[in-house]
Amino acid sequence: MELFLGFAKIAACGFGGVLAWSRRIIVQERGWLGAEEFNEQLALCQILPGGNMLNFSVMYGYRVGGTLGALAALIGLIGPPTLLMILAGMLYRRYGDLPALRGVFAGLAAAAAGLLVATAAQMIGASVKHRLRPTHVVAALTLVGVGVLRWPLLWVMAVLTPVSVALAWWERR
Amino acid sequence: MSEGSNIYLVLLANFAVFSLMAVGGANSTVPEMHRQAVEIHQWMGDRTFSELFAIAQAAPGPNVVFVALLGDYVAGVPGALAAMFAMCAPSCTIAYGVARVIDRFEKARWRVVIQAGLVPVTIGLVASSALIVARAADRNAATLLITGASFALCYWTRVTPLLPLGLAAVLGLTGSI
Repeated sequence: MELFLGFAKIAACGFGGVLAWSRRIIVQERGWLGAEEFNEQLALCQILPGGNMLNFSVMYGYRVGGTLGALAALIGLIGPPTLLMILAGMLYRRYGDLPALRGVFAGLAAAAAGLLVATAAQMIGASVKHRLRPTHVVAALTLVGVGVLRWPLLWVMAVLTPVSVALAWWERR
Repeated sequence: MSEGSNIYLVLLANFAVFSLMAVGGANSTVPEMHRQAVEIHQWMGDRTFSELFAIAQAAPGPNVVFVALLGDYVAGVPGALAAMFAMCAPSCTIAYGVARVIDRFEKARWRVVIQAGLVPVTIGLVASSALIVARAADRNAATLLITGASFALCYWTRVTPLLPLGLAAVLGLTGSI
C-alpha cells in the first residue's frame, strides 16, 4: 500500500512527463546528480526496454515488497493517470472540435512541442560538453533516419544499436 | 485481415512491439507511433496526434500514458486499456525478471558499455520525437512562436513546464492563435 501510494504520488507530481521532471528535480532542484551522472542513470533504465519510470517502479517495488510490491508500485504509477487519460480522451473526442477550444489545443500542442525540444536540447548539451566523439554520429544518424527520413524504428535500431554499443566498447578498451 | 473487426488485436500487436523498442522511455517510440497511427493506419491526422500528445504532457503521470489516449481515440475505453496493457506488459515482465535475478546494481563492464552505447540512440530518438511533434503542432507563425517561447522557458529557466502549457492554453482561449 505504501508502494502504491508512493508511486501514485510520483505520478501525480510528474506533470509534463516524468523525463523532463525527473531531470529538473534530480539535477537542477535537489542536485542529487550531475547532468552527466543523470544521463548515465537514465541509461541504466534504458538498458531495459519500456518506460524508465515503469521499469524503475517494477524493480524497486520488487526489491522492497516482492512480486506484490512490484505490482503495487506499477499500478500506483500508471493506474490513476490512465483513468485520467481515459476521461480526458472522452472529453477530447466529444468537445475537441468546438471552435472555442480549437485555439486552446493548438496552443497546448505547440507548447508541448517546445517542452520536448528543450528536453532533447538538454540531453544533447550534456553529451557534447566535452569533445565530439564517434557516438555523436550515431545520435545524428538516428535523428536523420527516424526523425527526418521516417524510416521504421525497428530497422534503424537494429542497425544503429549494435554499432553504437560496439563504438562504446571500442572507446573504453 | 480487416482492420476494423480486429482493432484491439492491431492495437495489442502494435503497442507490444513499441514496448520492446522503447529504449530510454516511451518518448523514444513517438516517431514510430506517429508513423503507425498517422501514416500507415491513418487512425488520426497530424493535428490530432500532436494535440493528444499535448494532453498527455499536460497531465500528471509518466509519458507512457499517452498510449492510453491514443488507444482511447482509436477504440474507446477498451482500446485505451488494450494499448496500455500491451505497452506495459512486455517491458515490465522483463524488468520483473531482471529484478529477480539481479538484487543490486553491480558495476559490470558489459553493462556500462551497453548503457553508454544506448545513450546516443536515445538522444537521436528524443530529438526525432521533438522534430515530429513540432512539425505536427506548428502550422503557423503563432504556434511556431509558442513552441520557441516554451523551449526558451524550459531550457534557460527553472519554471514548471505547466507555465508554458498554461500560457499557451490561455492565448488559445483568447483567440490569438
